[in-house]
Amino acid sequence: MNRLRKIIVFLLIGLFSAHLCWAKDMIQIKGSDTLINVVQKLAEVYMAKKPGTMIAVTGGGSGTGIAAMINKTCDIANASRDMKASEVEKAMAKGVDPKRVVVAIDGLSIVTNAQNPVKKLTIDQIGKIYRGEITNWADVGGENLPITLYGRQSNSGTYDFMKEVVMKGEYSSALKSMNGNAQIIEAIKQDKSGIGYVGVGYAKDASGITVLDVARNPALGYYSPLNSADVKSGKYPVSRPLNQYINGIPTGVVKDFLEFELSSEGQAIIEKEGFFAIPEEYQRYNDSTLGRSYEVSQPLAGKVRSVQGEYAK
Amino acid sequence: MAYSRIKENTIHGLFFFNGVLVIVVLVGIFVLLITKSMPAFKEISLLHFLFSFKWNPTASFVEPSYGIWSMIVSTFMVSIGALFIALPLGVGTAAYLSDVASYRVREIFKPLVEILAGIPSVVIGFLGIVLVGPVIAKIFRLSNGLNALNGAILLAIMALPTIISLSEEALKGVPKSFEEASLALGATKWQTLTRVKIPAALSGIIAASMLGMGRAIGETMTVLMATGCALAMPKSFLDSVQTMTATIAIELGEVPYDTTHYYALFAIGLVLFIITFVINMISDIILHKYQRVIK
Repeated sequence: MNRLRKIIVFLLIGLFSAHLCWAKDMIQIKGSDTLINVVQKLAEVYMAKKPGTMIAVTGGGSGTGIAAMINKTCDIANASRDMKASEVEKAMAKGVDPKRVVVAIDGLSIVTNAQNPVKKLTIDQIGKIYRGEITNWADVGGENLPITLYGRQSNSGTYDFMKEVVMKGEYSSALKSMNGNAQIIEAIKQDKSGIGYVGVGYAKDASGITVLDVARNPALGYYSPLNSADVKSGKYPVSRPLNQYINGIPTGVVKDFLEFELSSEGQAIIEKEGFFAIPEEYQRYNDSTLGRSYEVSQPLAGKVRSVQGEYAK
Repeated sequence: MAYSRIKENTIHGLFFFNGVLVIVVLVGIFVLLITKSMPAFKEISLLHFLFSFKWNPTASFVEPSYGIWSMIVSTFMVSIGALFIALPLGVGTAAYLSDVASYRVREIFKPLVEILAGIPSVVIGFLGIVLVGPVIAKIFRLSNGLNALNGAILLAIMALPTIISLSEEALKGVPKSFEEASLALGATKWQTLTRVKIPAALSGIIAASMLGMGRAIGETMTVLMATGCALAMPKSFLDSVQTMTATIAIELGEVPYDTTHYYALFAIGLVLFIITFVINMISDIILHKYQRVIK
């Protein structure tokens, strides 16, 4: 009797897990730690609207997500940076055709402890601080206090974005690599000498920290990433597109979910989570990726790339 | 008759297979590590790899560099630091459990120590961030407590169960006659414990601490969370460090396959494997010697 019961339990477990595995409408999303909360939120709302769909959102960093997409172990890769040429090559070699959809805009926020009197920095100063050329707050108008650098681990898209676009050089070896945006916020709250960078969605409602105003050049003025107009107009100098990569033109549930993210409802959720809705150029770029209108193609893609290039300046 | 013999043989074969499987897995891992890490040394010299300070394989503005010396130093700082904290605590607890505690206290204490071994390392790492870190920062007047000392304290907590259980076994293994002789000569209980029993069990205690250290060296999640993960060469226990295990954990997830960086990560794994292998072997040798002495 007992054995029979055991067998039945095992059979049930087996059936149940088989059901999970074979559920048709299962989407695996993996990657950027910056995007994880907002995509999780989008997925929850979407699943509530479409019962029967399962969306699993996990983190691990942009690099991890892109690698998973290339190895076909996830349907959508969240990435807070663009795919590198080497990654595109690798994808092609494996027969994966990566397509990019821009789902949100992030004003990458530079944060310090609330007790730190420094409230604004220039891009140049931020670069020098992270490259280890400025090591004391006194050099940027603060107290005589050594700067403690907090950053992300090298699998993070934000880590790469900072390095390639903001710092244009290598990180100081004194950088403390933290496991995610939330951990950076937590560390900065406790550390009066700390400086860190996080996606604006993480900085918006956090207490005990200052979100610095940043200037491309002091003459052009300092802007805050918390002001959505300044981020969208590009006055805030370190904004970036948050991407999702898929293999080929999407179909079925994946397409439906992407459409939902880009709909006004989805974009409203993104704004509510602290990130920013995508401007028109990206909307048109996404249209071409999603196969909405094929006539817009190469020239526009070029334009979008130049839009991206602008943040670099 | 024939049936029972078949059964006997089958079971015999099954157990033999299991035993061999363990060895096959071990050798397999070793071979994998060697074959995957060898290509790294086509591009990096072994000397540079082991003794250069700079690890920056994803450098895009300067030449990538693959030196792991600061990580080796960090790993040893954290695990030897852990040993220094855990050894007196562990031996003290073991002595208490084996010689002082009443039967009832012992029966409550021992399972509690075992439970300590079952706490997941992420939880201990979290403890390091929210509890140990701020305390260290306050005591040493630092801006933050994410440093080698934090990692050492956490690893000490994780190594304690191993050290306590094995040291207690060692103390129990000291023949009753040693204790009786000491007491008969007029020594107090304390003198007997510190001058007779602990020295007699010393090799067992050393073996226990080596095994505890072996565990500490391989520990990943806790140090990843609590030590700050900075690649600079640490100057003191109050500097942030990044251990070898943390580097592998951080970078292996996204490293492009079959690149020097990829092979170099396996080479770190190989170095780690050799270190723990040597430590386990030494503790095993000491343990055997000790068992022979007692018998």
